[in-house]
Amino acid sequence: MLSSPTVRTSLVFLAIALVGLLFADIAITASNPWRDLGNFFLGILTPNFFSSEGLLTALLRTVAFAFVGVALGSIAGFLLALVYRFLPVRMFCAFVRAIHELFWALIFLQFFGFHPLTGVLAIAIPYAGIFAKVYSEILEEADPEPGRALPPGTGNISAFLYTRIPDCWVKMRTYTAYRLECGLRSSAILGFVGLPTLGFYLEASFSQGLYSDAGAMLILFYVLIATMPLWVRPKLLPVYILGAPFFLGEGLPIVWGNVQRFFTEDIVPAPLRNGEGLAGLTPWLNDLMINEAMPGIWNTIVLTQIALVATGILSLLAFPLISNHFGGPIRRNAGHVALVIARSTPEYILAYILLQLWGPSMLPAVVALALHNGGIIGHLIGRQTNSIKLRPDAASGLNRYGWELVPRVYRSFLAFLFYRWEIIMRETAILGILGIYTLGFYVDSAIQNIRFDRAMVLILVTALLNIGVDTLGRYIRRKLALQTMPTC
Amino acid sequence: MSGFDLSGLTASFSGKRVIGPLSLQVNPSEKIALVGKSGAGKSTLIRLIHERVNRDSSLIPQELGLVSALSVFHNVYMGQLDKHATWYNTVTLARPFAKDRTEVNSLLQSLGMTEKFWTPTASLSGGQRQRVAIARALYRNAPMLLADEPVSALDGPMAHSVMALLRDGFSTSIIALHDVELALKYCTRIVGIQDGQIALDDTAERLAASDIMSLY
Repeated sequence: MLSSPTVRTSLVFLAIALVGLLFADIAITASNPWRDLGNFFLGILTPNFFSSEGLLTALLRTVAFAFVGVALGSIAGFLLALVYRFLPVRMFCAFVRAIHELFWALIFLQFFGFHPLTGVLAIAIPYAGIFAKVYSEILEEADPEPGRALPPGTGNISAFLYTRIPDCWVKMRTYTAYRLECGLRSSAILGFVGLPTLGFYLEASFSQGLYSDAGAMLILFYVLIATMPLWVRPKLLPVYILGAPFFLGEGLPIVWGNVQRFFTEDIVPAPLRNGEGLAGLTPWLNDLMINEAMPGIWNTIVLTQIALVATGILSLLAFPLISNHFGGPIRRNAGHVALVIARSTPEYILAYILLQLWGPSMLPAVVALALHNGGIIGHLIGRQTNSIKLRPDAASGLNRYGWELVPRVYRSFLAFLFYRWEIIMRETAILGILGIYTLGFYVDSAIQNIRFDRAMVLILVTALLNIGVDTLGRYIRRKLALQTMPTC
Repeated sequence: MSGFDLSGLTASFSGKRVIGPLSLQVNPSEKIALVGKSGAGKSTLIRLIHERVNRDSSLIPQELGLVSALSVFHNVYMGQLDKHATWYNTVTLARPFAKDRTEVNSLLQSLGMTEKFWTPTASLSGGQRQRVAIARALYRNAPMLLADEPVSALDGPMAHSVMALLRDGFSTSIIALHDVELALKYCTRIVGIQDGQIALDDTAERLAASDIMSLY
């Protein structure tokens, strides 16, 4: 078994995570974590849907921001996909999607303030980069034959509309609908930086110990996502997209002076702003790198590697929950509900909740990342096992799991895991805002201290780190010949 | 229209020569059948000729080149995409004009398929898909036809009526056929291909089925 490259790769990653555990800050620091956790579950079991009208408004805003952001992102992404073959476009897209929605929101907050545009752009910009990549891949896979049979002299646009779009339409529609679900999650967590979506009210309820209010919010959010097939209908989409901009809320007006100041003063590195010139830049950059970027990068990598392996272990444990090779329909339905909840809860919200209950350390982040990502991969792998036909006399129970199923799905399991590596790192960085010492922590502190120049450099470092991991993940996937569909 | 003088046709796959070098003189209003074993290079030859005479030919490739998500009408209409402005094509995609609908409809009627006008070609049978590709070539209305086994999925009587349509619809044609009987009946000249070379080239009336069978 050790001669198999996939097993060897897995063991290397397992070893890295174990070494990482030695350096990681894993602890429960809350004085009474289990009572708090109990209160929280009690809150979910006794949801209070009527505490304030703010709840429905928050839900409406969450949906509105998601629709406007995803719609703009998909239009921009489609246009970018048409010119995706040019290297600068590819680099631009890789860069904008390497920066998390919350970082974009933090940037826009500094000059647009609490204007709806902040939330819309925070979703639209990174999504445009992702859409561009996936759309261009879908367009590339279109059947080239019809194009060859076209009469010569056919205009480019006509040829594109007749031979490419129809062939790609279904895939693009499926992917866009799927992204809308991701958009709802992104929109919900934008509330944590102060936009009027679910996260804002969740944070408010939590800080006051109103667990029943928080429970109601989470339940409504799950219902919203689980019922998407019912209310997101092709015929209704134009209504939603045209109507959504009117439900973003008023926010606060944009002060254009702030916008100008942000670009001409705030983000200019302090030494340059103070006229110290390039001579002052080196010590400034050194200080930033040694005291903030380096510890941030180190913690981000350590946490990412632990979370990655925890995600993998949880996925392998979770997929039998929905696999029809085990248990009866009742068990499987319960498994489906558990995995839907795990994957519909944004990791940021999970981490926030666990952090409130267990106190600050890397543990809540690892558990949150593993639950969310493990839920997604477990669901995909479980569904895949359902198409496997076992011989009638195949072993059952643990032997079936270990000998029949895991070997068959292990490659696609690794493919999904390495695909999500970069996503886990992006999330790890952002969880720093909650007080774990990853890159997001240093970005957030720089912003709190109104040192936007430092924040911008740190965001840039984060983006480069994500691009690096994405490249490494793709290299490993290619090396092991693993293929996968995009997930978010 | 004058004929074509196709010379120096060659093709290689991974370093191995599969066609030629061969030359073929195509005279105006000739109907040429390319016959030969499968793998002899007929399809490659059709593709090579299409590259040379692109602008003046209607093509029916073996893979048909249909857009499976589009309706029968739209696939046929694609034969004249170059004759209309972009806005006209775009509108047609959503709501076809009556004039085009009638034209395409009568064409499909002559091919014996009218009831599936708005069905996406993905859900058609092999024979129906083949007739859509034939209708597209007829609708394109080029002076010359290049076809690769255009009636392979059609039953006997239908194959005959379609071959007759193709004979009357194009002044000049080059059709790869494995059916020797059809070749002799609907073509004026038979070109036999063997190992990427022309092994037989004569008018149809001077040949009998047995002469051609030696190629197989």
